[in-house]
Amino acid sequence: MSGRLRLGGQVLAVGAVLALLALLVWKVALGSDNDVTGTLAQGGKPDAPRFELPRLQDEGDLALESLRGKAVVLNFWASWCGPCKEETPLLERTWRRWQDRAIVFVGVNVKDFRGDALSFLREYGVTYPNVYDGKGWTVGRYGVTGFPETYFLDARGRVVYRVAGPVDADDLAAGIDRALRSA
Amino acid sequence: MRRVDAPAHALAAFAAVLAVALAVAPPGRASEQQPTPAELESELVCPVCESTLDTSNAPIALRMKAHIRERIEQGATKSEIKAELVEQFGSGVLATPQKKGFDLLAWVLPLLGLVVGAAVVGVLAWRWSRAPAEDAGPPVDAAVDPELERRLDRELARFE
Repeated sequence: MSGRLRLGGQVLAVGAVLALLALLVWKVALGSDNDVTGTLAQGGKPDAPRFELPRLQDEGDLALESLRGKAVVLNFWASWCGPCKEETPLLERTWRRWQDRAIVFVGVNVKDFRGDALSFLREYGVTYPNVYDGKGWTVGRYGVTGFPETYFLDARGRVVYRVAGPVDADDLAAGIDRALRSA
Repeated sequence: MRRVDAPAHALAAFAAVLAVALAVAPPGRASEQQPTPAELESELVCPVCESTLDTSNAPIALRMKAHIRERIEQGATKSEIKAELVEQFGSGVLATPQKKGFDLLAWVLPLLGLVVGAAVVGVLAWRWSRAPAEDAGPPVDAAVDPELERRLDRELARFE
């Protein structure tokens, strides 16, 4: 009886250690690098994680899936982020130049007060659609490392280019070109 | 033997608990109705840097601190302010997990671990306390071999 109890305890202890080890391996192997940024870095075109988030300037939600068939410039930003203020006028100007063609600009406001985000959009006269993700749900899925960060999606909903930090005119031209040319 | 007066003891215990409750309750209510920025900043986490607001100078943390002060001035309670921030940023802004839903596990599991650990220690202690009786060697007063006893006497005699 004593031997059986001891054996049970040992099996339990070894099982617990193995479970913790498996958890560690899983975290290291899968959790350290995001699929989107990892695949993109290897020259691949990962599917853009889908989302459906509340619109900031209008009522209702915007689903990324509804934009399938058009290239998308996806800009992650926050009102408290200094570099976001620098790049927003350029994004708006570029959007106005491209909006009649097969490309859509979408802003994703992350980890921010909704009221602050709306004030920011009004202050900079932003007209392209923006969605609100206060809880930062999209951050982990896209592998966003900081703000601002911009992803360029082709018409099939795949990420083809990414710019970490504020975009300049050359970044935008390169990203839009890749998104439109991607087959 | 001194008689134990159970009702008197129970009454004393109840009075002690009541005294402690009365001593603790008013500040708790005051804290809920009129929270200070410092206590809220220590109970909320910056959603970007993930340290408590009182130790963070991240832009969003500074903005949240300003929001807390503004809401306190407007007369919002502690629960209201926390609920607003959870609504905006998710339950991750709370420094301690909520006592409901999945977060409840964070409170229950350590207690469960403590109970299971105590039970395991109890069982082991019980088993160890029994082991010496079972594994003990021959009793002290067991009969000694006469030849061995004689030999022992001879050996001892050499030292006298």
